[in-house]
Amino acid sequence: MEWFTALNVARIQFAFTVSFHIVFPAFTIGLASYLAVLEGLWLATGRNVYQRLFRFWVRIFAVAFGMGVVSGVVMSYQFGTNWSRFSDLTGPVLGPLLGYEVLSAFFLEAGFLGVMLFGMNRVGRGLHFFATLMVALGTLMSAFWILSANSWMQTPAGHTVNAAGQLVPDDWWAVIFNPSFPYRFVHMVLAAYLATAFIVGGVAAWHLLRDRTQRDARVMFSMAMWMATLVAPLQIVAGHLHGLNSVAHQPMKVAAMEAHFETRRGQPLILLGVPDPDSATVRYALEIPRAGSVLLGGAADAEVPGLDRLPREDWPHVPTVFYSFRIMVGLGLIMAGIGLWSFVQRLRGRLYRTRSLHRMAHLFAPAGIVAMLCGWVVTEVGRQPYTVYGLLRTAESGSPVELPAVAGSFAVFVIVYTAVFGVGVYYLLKLMREDPAAGTADRAEEEDRERTGMLRRLTAWAREER
Amino acid sequence: MPELDLALIWLALLGAAVLAYVLLDGFDLGIGILFPFLRDEHERNIAMNSVAPVWDGNETWLVLGGGGLFAVFPLAYAVIMPALYAPVIAMLTGLILRGVAFEFRGRTERRGIWDRSFFAGSLVATLCQGIILGALLQGIPTENRSYAGGWWDWLTPFSVVTGIALVAGYCLLGATWLVLKTEGDLQKWARQSAGRFAWATLAGIGVFSLWTPFLKADYMAKWFSWPALLYTAPVPLLVLATGFQLFRSLRKARDLTPFLCAEGLFVLCFVGLLISFYPYVVPTSLTIRDAAAPDASLGFLLVGAAILLPLILAYTAGVYWVFRGKVRHGEGYH
Repeated sequence: MEWFTALNVARIQFAFTVSFHIVFPAFTIGLASYLAVLEGLWLATGRNVYQRLFRFWVRIFAVAFGMGVVSGVVMSYQFGTNWSRFSDLTGPVLGPLLGYEVLSAFFLEAGFLGVMLFGMNRVGRGLHFFATLMVALGTLMSAFWILSANSWMQTPAGHTVNAAGQLVPDDWWAVIFNPSFPYRFVHMVLAAYLATAFIVGGVAAWHLLRDRTQRDARVMFSMAMWMATLVAPLQIVAGHLHGLNSVAHQPMKVAAMEAHFETRRGQPLILLGVPDPDSATVRYALEIPRAGSVLLGGAADAEVPGLDRLPREDWPHVPTVFYSFRIMVGLGLIMAGIGLWSFVQRLRGRLYRTRSLHRMAHLFAPAGIVAMLCGWVVTEVGRQPYTVYGLLRTAESGSPVELPAVAGSFAVFVIVYTAVFGVGVYYLLKLMREDPAAGTADRAEEEDRERTGMLRRLTAWAREER
Repeated sequence: MPELDLALIWLALLGAAVLAYVLLDGFDLGIGILFPFLRDEHERNIAMNSVAPVWDGNETWLVLGGGGLFAVFPLAYAVIMPALYAPVIAMLTGLILRGVAFEFRGRTERRGIWDRSFFAGSLVATLCQGIILGALLQGIPTENRSYAGGWWDWLTPFSVVTGIALVAGYCLLGATWLVLKTEGDLQKWARQSAGRFAWATLAGIGVFSLWTPFLKADYMAKWFSWPALLYTAPVPLLVLATGFQLFRSLRKARDLTPFLCAEGLFVLCFVGLLISFYPYVVPTSLTIRDAAAPDASLGFLLVGAAILLPLILAYTAGVYWVFRGKVRHGEGYH
């Protein structure tokens, strides 16, 4: 049981609480923007379907946001309880970044949320829309600052060390816009949008599977699939650019992601396999020769560094990083595939009639969330054995707390989170099952829809032109 | 021009944030503690709806308190959190249990569970906040930039009494908030409860104030030596005057004055605490200067605070203005 130490339990506790937490902000980042779009469309077009969808999703938003808030308060104190040396040594740099997050994001969200949820009858439509926009802006500001803080822990810049051993800011611009921040920020916001699009799409698909003439479900499904079509490929590009940034700044993390144990020219791209750090080999590897060098180094004979550059005890846990990365990429490719498929069916005018597409969209509703969590595992586990890459070791970051205290608080969190957020997710699913168009007779005309596929419209138009 | 003392400015700002938290979240935690004593579903809905649009913003001040401490006094943050490990974790758990109740109770037929969770969470969070305050006042030993005390040091008769006094105080805030926001039978009940909790709160303040000087010679010197007494004596005198005004306004059936008087008591207690704490952030081991982050950190965040805090205060006031007046039945969005 030598593994069962206060430090390791503190690590698991942090992984547990932050993983639970990040699901809700990611969903609400996407959903807040979606709500702003819905309300904007409602105000611009006056179509009731947008108002109904707004009401449908705003109740889901409220539940998810509430869970995000309470699990987030825990995070803002956990740095101190379990990671006090980290807090002391990095506080001068990270503290102000989180301070800006509270001042520019949390207050904005929390302040205007009340108006957004309860204020429709008390303020005009314009002011209500403004409140929705402020909530959406707040979620994005929050992402900006927290991603900046996290990126600084990955690729620290703009700091010096003072007499007490603290990392202190020297150039704030360099701290905030540290080398990996732009990539991480874009990658995470796109991930939040994509994850939300697949939840919205999955919910819409579930309703379409029950009744495909459901107008509200059609509107949701169409909007969600547009996002899938456009954002999923964009995310693959953004992810790749982020990867190249990591090659430049955290090459050993990339080596762990790709299970490259050996530094060599003509590095293969391992698609699947079972990496074994002890023997520094990948068993049952399915690989494309030299493709790793092409992808990461830009040429078939480019030298790509492997983990042999580091002493063994400084390796991150390779299998965790390797598998998480593959799950993320795999889900990303599936999401892009669904986006493409939906686009083809849209062109053929069969978007609302292809049951197999609806089943896929329903099945992969959580795909974006799972992919995002796996991505975070890759980047956080891949940063080990450091909390601040290259500067502060995880082993030197903990609190002087004893095992019973950490294990006790962990047990409390596991019980409370599982019970409370388990029930919360059940309520979310219950809300998602409700009929957004309940009590209205707004049904799509099936015949009409069949003939107005985009491809048909286009060919008809081309024929007329001729 | 003398250089700005950034650490001192931040102490004031952080203190203001904690005070704002107590003044704002105090009444909605108080509503949670009073919840089981409300007589029916209808009253509970009204009480809940009176705080539902604002509770989230109120709690954000606590995040500012925690995040702000991390930013401007990182060493104090790194010492206080491990020292108060158990009460901090318990407080956070309480806040989770009560926070989710706002949305959850509208989502199910079996509201009872979430009503209880709202009550228990509010009570535990309040009790822990009081205990945290008491434990801080007792002092926290440090060594090598780390906490150097035992795991149960926070649990003493003094910290428990502080916790109980805070429960009474938040109940007073909650009850006077209901006096302001409701009408009819519920308001009448709230007025009666406010009177009872006012006695309890004043008694709590009394015990707390007389006990504190005996904790440390430093406090004793500030409160009971001549001529310091000249500066500190107005605080207890003002507490008595505010208490008197509170009872008078309750008797005269005023709506707003009791709430303002109750908040006034908290402001005065806060002033008293500032006097006891200064110049320490962690009595009596870390002074403001020991714990402060470098000026580069303090200055950078101060720029943001100077621009954003007035905005925050403005739109927070705007939100309270939007939801002004009595809460009536059926005003939730559910």
